[in-house]
Amino acid sequence: MSTGVYMQMLLLRQAYYIFQEVGRSLIRNSLLNFAAVGTTAISLFVLGVGVLLVINTNEIAKTIESDIEIMVYMRHNLAEEDALTLEPLIDNISGVQETTFISRDEALKSLVKQFGDEVEESVGEENPLPDTIKVKISDPREVNKIAAEIEDLPGVESVRYGGQDFVKKLFSLTNWVRIIGLLLITLLGFCGIFLIATTTRLTIFARRREINIMKYVGATDWFVRWPFLLEGIILGFFGALLAVGVLYFSYGALIAKIQETISFLPLVNSSAVLFRIFEGLLAIGIVMGAVGSTFSVRRYLRV
Amino acid sequence: MISFFNVSKVYPNGVKALQGVSLQIEKGEFVFIVGPSGAGKSTLIKLIFREELPTKGQIYINGRSILRMKRRDVPYLRRQIGMVFQDFRLLPDRTVYENVAFAMQVVGAKRSEIKKRVPEVLKMVGLEKRMDDYPLQLSGGEQQRTAIARALVNNPSTIIADEPTGNLDINTSWEIMECFQEINDKGTTIIIATHAKEIVDSMRQRVIGLERGKIVRDEHRGVYANATT
Ligand SMILES: Nc1ncnc2c1ncn2[C@@H]1O[C@H](COP(=O)(O)OP(=O)(O)OP(=O)(O)O)[C@@H](O)[C@H]1O
Ligand SMILES: [Mg+2]
Repeated sequence: MSTGVYMQMLLLRQAYYIFQEVGRSLIRNSLLNFAAVGTTAISLFVLGVGVLLVINTNEIAKTIESDIEIMVYMRHNLAEEDALTLEPLIDNISGVQETTFISRDEALKSLVKQFGDEVEESVGEENPLPDTIKVKISDPREVNKIAAEIEDLPGVESVRYGGQDFVKKLFSLTNWVRIIGLLLITLLGFCGIFLIATTTRLTIFARRREINIMKYVGATDWFVRWPFLLEGIILGFFGALLAVGVLYFSYGALIAKIQETISFLPLVNSSAVLFRIFEGLLAIGIVMGAVGSTFSVRRYLRV
Repeated sequence: MISFFNVSKVYPNGVKALQGVSLQIEKGEFVFIVGPSGAGKSTLIKLIFREELPTKGQIYINGRSILRMKRRDVPYLRRQIGMVFQDFRLLPDRTVYENVAFAMQVVGAKRSEIKKRVPEVLKMVGLEKRMDDYPLQLSGGEQQRTAIARALVNNPSTIIADEPTGNLDINTSWEIMECFQEINDKGTTIIIATHAKEIVDSMRQRVIGLERGKIVRDEHRGVYANATT
């Protein structure tokens, strides 16, 4: 028999024993287990909320940003041919995606179309509208810089753009969410790991006699360690599962409520994205459990 | 076979527990280790078991050097040696059967093997009728016999006992020693550190005398103390 197969059979035989041990200790320290699972769940829940908040604000910001354009108004006395020469200049500015020239006649026509003949009458003979170039840009966060550059071009009377203040606020909000969320998650994460480590340590302490005997009858280090590691991993996993469950139902309810009232808000609700997040949380929970118990096992199990 | 070559052990606190100890124990021997308290008996046993490492010298167990052994090989060394202690070290929440079976579970024995082997060894130590009792329902002697069964269950080449009768009265001590004698008769090496003078004197086995970390005598068919000391 190869050592690999032999090891697997050994593992199989020992697995029964290990699971029995884990079950025992999970029942024995139920209060502390509860605290460890709870803290892990809370920290992962906060993490989940943070992630959802960030990706949603990003989504909203992106939607708003994609609507941002700069309107460039020409000096009134500028001839249309000269105004037309400005278009390639603007096109050459880095960050500019697309330009559209709207002559003053076209502008008036679309106004008339929108508001009717009274406009034409009140305007009279002289068209008061300037030639305009509509500029789309690739990164909305550069709107200020690009607008200023355009404004410096000869023949430009003024530039106007909207929405960027809101976007800026949204971005600073997401930044704050990120920072505070990260702090909170780190803090809670450490609490979770610490509690899992404590639980594992208590289990080790409660079982020190057995560990001592195991050592004397020739248990391998891993055989002694496995139940404790597994216990930590199970605690972390259940913490994450709890967080995911609460997150799933509360987020679903929240989304439904919001879309009832503000239906145009582009919220993230694709199950693919949500599952990715939930998977991530479960993985982090398991890692937290493993880290917490490894810490205790290393420190308190010199086998 | 166990060989010590010029072995010294100095604990981190500076106590010289063993100094220049050389000895050889053949397979199937029955050896008493005697000497006053603090002479280094327990230290000697811990070295065989690799619970402690020697500060100087070499130790071979069944042909393998303890010093050159890798950490992950230590469990396999320990499976060749059964340990028995003064305080029995049984698990109070497990029955006699479970306590003995535990040693087999730990080394990954098959369940069918465990079911066959555990009653066998319990019969050898005369506890076949007490299998389902818990340690606290047993007398001290019965508890120690459970511990001996546990030490024996994985078929070690050697059983080492550190004052196995230290907590027992003289009659019970005799029973335990007879139990060891029976195991030895089947070929298992037995090493016992003890203060039980009368028993050592009447069993007339090999006696290694330690004093202040040194071997002061090593006699076959020996007694607890020389007439001269
Ligand atoms: N872990 C330790 N750290 C420091 N010193 C120790 C340690 N273990 C034993 N000693 C010291 O080493 C010396 C020998 O101790 P050991 O336990 O081997 O004696 P012993 O012969 O078994 O005695 P007893 O008959 O009382 O059991 C003693 O002086 C003891 O204090
Ligand atoms: Mg001692």
